[in-house]
Amino acid sequence: MDNGILAQFIQQIINGVSLGSIYALIALGYTMVYGIMRLINFAHGDIYMLGAYVGFFVTTQLKLGFFPALILAMIAIAAIGVVVEKLAYKPLRHSSKISILITAIGVSLFIEYTTMYFLSPQPRTFPPVLPNQVFHLGSVMISFQQIVILASTVVLMLMLWYIVQYTKMGKAMRAVSYDTDAALLMGINVDHVISFTFAVGSGLAGAAGVLVGIYYNTIDPLMGIMPGLKAFIAAVLGGIGIIPGAMMGGIILGVVEALVSGFLSSTFRDAAAFGILIIILLIKPTGLLGKNETEKV
Amino acid sequence: MNVMKTMRRYDLALLALSVVTYLIFSFLIDERVISSFWRLQIVLMCINVILAASLNLINGITGQFSLGHAGFMAVGAYVSAVMTMWYDLPFGLALLIGGLAAAFIGIIIGIPTLRLDGDYLAIATLGMGEIIRITILNIPAVGGASGLTGIPRLTDFTWVFWAMIITLFFIKNMVNSTFGRSCISVRENAIAATAMGINTTYAKVLAFAVGALFAGVAGGLFSHYFSIAHPSSFTFLNSFNYLTMVVLGGLGSMSGAIVGATLLTFITAALADYPEIRMIIYALCLILLMIFRPQGVFGNQEFSLLLQRLMKRRKGGKGNGQAS
Repeated sequence: MDNGILAQFIQQIINGVSLGSIYALIALGYTMVYGIMRLINFAHGDIYMLGAYVGFFVTTQLKLGFFPALILAMIAIAAIGVVVEKLAYKPLRHSSKISILITAIGVSLFIEYTTMYFLSPQPRTFPPVLPNQVFHLGSVMISFQQIVILASTVVLMLMLWYIVQYTKMGKAMRAVSYDTDAALLMGINVDHVISFTFAVGSGLAGAAGVLVGIYYNTIDPLMGIMPGLKAFIAAVLGGIGIIPGAMMGGIILGVVEALVSGFLSSTFRDAAAFGILIIILLIKPTGLLGKNETEKV
Repeated sequence: MNVMKTMRRYDLALLALSVVTYLIFSFLIDERVISSFWRLQIVLMCINVILAASLNLINGITGQFSLGHAGFMAVGAYVSAVMTMWYDLPFGLALLIGGLAAAFIGIIIGIPTLRLDGDYLAIATLGMGEIIRITILNIPAVGGASGLTGIPRLTDFTWVFWAMIITLFFIKNMVNSTFGRSCISVRENAIAATAMGINTTYAKVLAFAVGALFAGVAGGLFSHYFSIAHPSSFTFLNSFNYLTMVVLGGLGSMSGAIVGATLLTFITAALADYPEIRMIIYALCLILLMIFRPQGVFGNQEFSLLLQRLMKRRKGGKGNGQAS
């Protein structure tokens, strides 16, 4: 491997890690909701899109900077996530999987097209809230935005880790995820835990939306579909329901995508993601960090 | 024996009914009583019924949660288009080859993925469907991202209607056969089915292949009606749409698949004048339906059975009015 290819390789790894950390943030919401409710929340990608729009309006209308935008978007989107859960998913708590899945698809379409109706389907340009500075390390480039994305993701993940591992609510979340009925018998308010999970997951997706707005400079009402699916793949890759798995899956997926689009062709980028999905499902359907469980009769 | 006879009589009655329906509709279309917009909707309705019925065989009868139906449709659409455009094959043969190609892909996809179940199978089939689409997108010979254009417009009402009737009869008879019973047992409990000596993998893969075959035929009809096959017509959102039809009518019910497909096509068409709010209303209907009637219009009942039960109840009501 000569020097040029090596530099390009490292460059793609850096791009992949920054993209992958955004996938990881979205994947966390998927994986937490799945862990607790066994629900593939297809509307999660659209929740992330709403995050990007909140970030957009906070920075353009209120003229606030990056950090207020990030925090306001997280709070607003967490609230929206709870409302969605209460209105659409709560009445279906005991329904069959397929009807909850179809509801999730309905919610996804509803969010997409309502946004389109009120905010026009035209893509909008995200304002440059961060200095457009690029650092050169030899022949490898890393932008200030990438550093901010990575740092924000790491901080958010550490906060999530703290919540899940060391708070009472986190303990309740783990209990509900392990056995909902037993948790209920132990006096845990499962409805509260589910709402809290939706709030946290949606908040992370909202943050991811703002970060993507900064990274790609453009947002539109259908931007959530593909990253939503990719994040879902990331969650499955790491082992759905497992929080560190989602982080790992996101990063791996981002790096693979960056390498495929850097060295092969960007049209195969999406196929690579789905290919990873199929391979992992066939070899180890419980994901990289998942434990194998045998079905009991 | 008696049951067989009533079944056959019932089949003949249905056939007669479909001939009458066909004659009425083709008369109305020929006389241009039905506007071109609704003519298009009727053709779409028939294609959607084929898709919903075939998906119902996989999802409803065999209980395998598939989200990749649009992918099979894409295979059929492109293969049959290539057959008529490049090899000048007759349309019927091209449709059949398209369907068989889709069934072949279905078997290749089915054998590894059908080992999974539940959500994992749903995701895997979704991924497979998208991989099919992205692969087509990257084949320049069939137009790549701009789609395959210039397909002869061979589909008309006669073709879609009879293709639909053949599909429905085939799937209905399949469901009522030994094979159909083994599919239902796989849905109800795969482990118990295995214990009863049913080859569950065989049942699953065959159901998957037959479902894919008819989806391929539907795809062929689709591309030969619009004279274009475009990768964007076969995304996973389209697969969701067909799944919605099946669930709307009632998962596991053939009558439900027909009603669901007709109803959904009709709703979409009726809302065509309001393009901005069309999808919002559609999504709201979907959510409300799932909250208030998650089992769909028919549940897993069949129209014929409901009718029989209704008639029996009426007879019984006359006989012993006191008891009821």
